[in-house]
Amino acid sequence: MSPRFAPGDRVRVAERDVAGHVRTPRYIRGKRGVIERVCGAFRNPEQLAYGKWDGPAIPLYRVRFALGDVWPGYGATRDAGDTLGTLDILDMLDVELYEHWLEAEPA
Amino acid sequence: MTQQATGHRDFEALEQAFRETLIATGVLTDADVSECAELMYSRTPALGARVVARAWFDPAFKARLLADGRAAVRELGIEVGSLKLVVVADEEKVHNLIVCTLCSCYPRMLLGIPPDWYKSIAYRSRAVREPRSVLAEFGLTLPDDVAVRVHDSTADMRYLVLPLRPAGTDELDEAACAALVSRDAMIGVALPRAPG
Repeated sequence: MSPRFAPGDRVRVAERDVAGHVRTPRYIRGKRGVIERVCGAFRNPEQLAYGKWDGPAIPLYRVRFALGDVWPGYGATRDAGDTLGTLDILDMLDVELYEHWLEAEPA
Repeated sequence: MTQQATGHRDFEALEQAFRETLIATGVLTDADVSECAELMYSRTPALGARVVARAWFDPAFKARLLADGRAAVRELGIEVGSLKLVVVADEEKVHNLIVCTLCSCYPRMLLGIPPDWYKSIAYRSRAVREPRSVLAEFGLTLPDDVAVRVHDSTADMRYLVLPLRPAGTDELDEAACAALVSRDAMIGVALPRAPG
């Protein structure tokens, strides 16, 4: 399965309410980010965890998010309760996400 | 930052029952389990520190380490099995921090057994939400013009922070530099110690 996305592509994490062994944290669902790198192809842990070992390997990515986009209000005060004030550099978050969780986002 | 006391006993009982069943049915032997435990306990942060110091002394090694962590550490005779190692390098204006919000993924083959706080709900939930406050509680207050880059180890990669070489280490050899690199510095909650 060749990767659908390349570094620099803008993506949105699917906003699915899935229970069980899912490696997409809830806090990042629905957020917009940019592909940082393609990590290779790995079998889907959402299937492996339930004994399904014969599934295909699927592309895994590192996706970079601005923390201000992940947490409303983060950009203004950096962290709730601190006194750093508005800063012009961006704190970032990189998360590993499987391809079936990513949707293309217009540039 | 310790919690999760409740429930540990249930998990211990579950682990014991699972292990004993695997042994009773011949899937594993007691010796297999002991051997694996011994291997894990033989891994210490000194391995990671060797990698960091080599990268400080050898820019070509550093480049290979960032491109393919597993292949590069193998050059140092460190086998990490199937571990997909991503090394993230601090820069003058970028500080890296590692967390696993979903469980406790950790580069055990290079750093050994993770500290309890790394597995705590408090660290796992706060590191991605208020990393600067978390770092400050560890005693590391970042300057305003240094950006934080948090890495959530959610899937198949494992991470190691390559911190910046501290000032005043020009006279030190590689082994002496490695001695300055703590476990916490390779998770990103601390900086390497200053020499002397």
